[in-house]
Amino acid sequence: MRERFLTGYNDFVLPFMIGMVFILTYCIIALIRIIGQLPKEDRRRFFISLITPKTLAKNIKDIFCDCLLHVKIWKRNKLLGYMHSSIAFGWFMLIVVGHIEVLLYTPHRAKLFYYPIFFRYFVAETETTMKGAVLFFLMDFFLLVVLSGIALAIIKRIRSKIFGMRRTTNPSFLDLVGLYSLWSIFPLRLLAEGFTADISGGSFLTKSLNYVFTSFLSDHANMLPSWWAYSCALGIFFCVLPFTRYMHIPSEILLIPLRNAGIKIRHARKGLAKAQVYSCPSCGLCIDACPMSVQKGNIKDTTVYLNRQIRRGNEVRIEEISDKCLLCGKCTAICPVGVEGDKLRIAQRSVRKYGLSPDYSSIDTASLAIDSRGKILYYAGCMTALTPSIRKAMESLLKKAGVEYELMDKDGGICCGRPMWMAGRFDQAKQMVEKNTGIIRNSGADTLLLSCPICYRIFKERYSLEGIRIVHHTEFIDSLISEGRLKIKRDPRKYVYHDPCELGRGSGIYEQPRNVLLRAGTLVEAAKNRKESICCGGSVGSLSLSFDKRKALTENALNNLTAASPDVIVTACPLCLSTFSRYADRKVEDIAETIDRNTSN
Amino acid sequence: MTMENIFGFSISPSSTVNLDNVDLTLFNRLHELEPDAWKCMSCGSCTATCPAGNFSGMSLRKVLHALQRGKEKDAVKMLRCCMLCGKCSMVCPRGINTRHLILSICKLYKED
Ligand code: SF4
Ligand code: SF4
Ligand code: SF4
Ligand code: SF4
Ligand code: SF4
Repeated sequence: MRERFLTGYNDFVLPFMIGMVFILTYCIIALIRIIGQLPKEDRRRFFISLITPKTLAKNIKDIFCDCLLHVKIWKRNKLLGYMHSSIAFGWFMLIVVGHIEVLLYTPHRAKLFYYPIFFRYFVAETETTMKGAVLFFLMDFFLLVVLSGIALAIIKRIRSKIFGMRRTTNPSFLDLVGLYSLWSIFPLRLLAEGFTADISGGSFLTKSLNYVFTSFLSDHANMLPSWWAYSCALGIFFCVLPFTRYMHIPSEILLIPLRNAGIKIRHARKGLAKAQVYSCPSCGLCIDACPMSVQKGNIKDTTVYLNRQIRRGNEVRIEEISDKCLLCGKCTAICPVGVEGDKLRIAQRSVRKYGLSPDYSSIDTASLAIDSRGKILYYAGCMTALTPSIRKAMESLLKKAGVEYELMDKDGGICCGRPMWMAGRFDQAKQMVEKNTGIIRNSGADTLLLSCPICYRIFKERYSLEGIRIVHHTEFIDSLISEGRLKIKRDPRKYVYHDPCELGRGSGIYEQPRNVLLRAGTLVEAAKNRKESICCGGSVGSLSLSFDKRKALTENALNNLTAASPDVIVTACPLCLSTFSRYADRKVEDIAETIDRNTSN
Repeated sequence: MTMENIFGFSISPSSTVNLDNVDLTLFNRLHELEPDAWKCMSCGSCTATCPAGNFSGMSLRKVLHALQRGKEKDAVKMLRCCMLCGKCSMVCPRGINTRHLILSICKLYKED
């Protein structure tokens, strides 16, 4: 290899350089701002995690798997996965091999930013070597990989169904500019390198193209315009990047270490929330996943649109979108980059101003005091008060198993605080948490049994009840059966289990209820289950969805559950039970009722 | 000797509300935000299920009544213990989104 130009420079590198300098400056400023916005202790945590070998290794692994290989998308749909990783990984490899070429052949140019990008223009091949052939082959190979990804992306724009997606987002104007410039970068590169291949050398792709070109365009004057076009496409892409969804590329690289450092959303718009919002590539997976999207009118209230409106600062829409959501957490569970749609919304709700703030300091907990030393304290929850069959069945089971217990909220108690927490009124929720903690601690119980997953989640997440076992009745029944304290007999019925959002996605309890039901009868699965189960539609998470607007959601969830035509729908949440019972065409019951019926001792 | 000692009961203060003197601007604002504010038929289902009733006499039925009649102080006092648990919304036969209604009241009205 020898250099063709003494200066190692041509004006066509300017568009690329301008774009590159702009995007680098922009990202560095954004990075400093986001880290500056973190609360002090979070910032410390973040820096410490960066030098801890374990998190460091995890960061590198996650960045490699998520940003370059897109492993999570592969798991969802192979074609979609290939499309993403071919573009990201292929491009990455082009950059890496490009740098290797420069380091090998023109090491004195290594400090020039643009040199590896436009290497082929600046050099001429003097002799063919094995080493060169391998590098050339690699460059052409990865270019082909990227081009195949781009071709898929173009097909996807036209027909998204092939990729297992029913709905995608409408790109904004700048998104389109970004999209078209990204699409054109690689064909233009192929063109430019094709024109130059007889001078600089090339491999199967560029060389062959060169033969084709020379057969009718033998003039080297075509070379420069194509290099200009390539550089312009890069420049435009970098310049519009911060204002398009492609900002997700640099943002995700920041989001991954933030997440691995264990940082939580503390502010509606700053710090982690901001990193999440900008990491969203508008892939649209959360549209199909969202239970609200069965109604067309709700599509614009899914998480991808929340992110978009937060970027635009459209306060009216942010409020609407935040209030409508059921907080079922499904978008969070399936999001390939880790945007927490539910938590983001709670954070938006938490900044509202209220003239009236409930205050529970006047509530005298002495009247609610209970003595349950050596016994189990059973807090059925207020929702269970509306579905007394659950409590009855549970009490019957406790008696059959010979478990001694006390009821904590026989005549009504203080709410667990989770519905208030979901409304973003943390101070009020914390007051309830404190009151209940006092009652539980003073009772002397060593186990707290719950029937409502809504309660269960906040008891697990926000109460400090060290030394007290907190169990949901699904877990408790499972352990009673495996300890042999409940004798269970099978019946010929076919059961399907509905994973309540707060118990499954919210608290990670999937197996215990299934273990239990397997012994009671035949267990079939819903079309979408476990992590992807569909919210019943009754969730207290939504503030603005009115009663009549929820019907379609419930019916959709029921259709999902009855895919394998079960006889009975079993759930483990009082709210799901009453919501499903309203519209179901077959029996709906709580798991406690099922087991109570199937045990005799 | 006063009258009450003879008959054993007294005259309670008048609870007449003169709707002409009541300032309903705030309630009308609430009604704009929450068209359901006039939908309540005072059935009392919400009150019967309300866990806050034990503590502050909370009754959404009464709160709406009080607001419609300009007796904001009474309403505010009852609302103090609402825990936003949402049971009332599940039992309301008129399908009122009570939690949203309560939050809107909390936004518009002030403690005084
Ligand atoms: S929030 Fe997640 S799932 Fe939704 S569009 Fe963004 S990246 Fe995709
Ligand atoms: S939390 Fe559930 S309801 Fe809310 S946006 Fe996500 S998927 Fe939709
Ligand atoms: S989560 Fe629901 S059922 Fe449980 S205590 Fe709170 S309001 Fe009641
Ligand atoms: S939301 Fe408030 S008013 Fe309604 S039942 Fe619960 S505590 Fe009572
Ligand atoms: S349940 Fe509904 S209709 Fe009945 S009093 Fe309460 S708010 Fe009014």
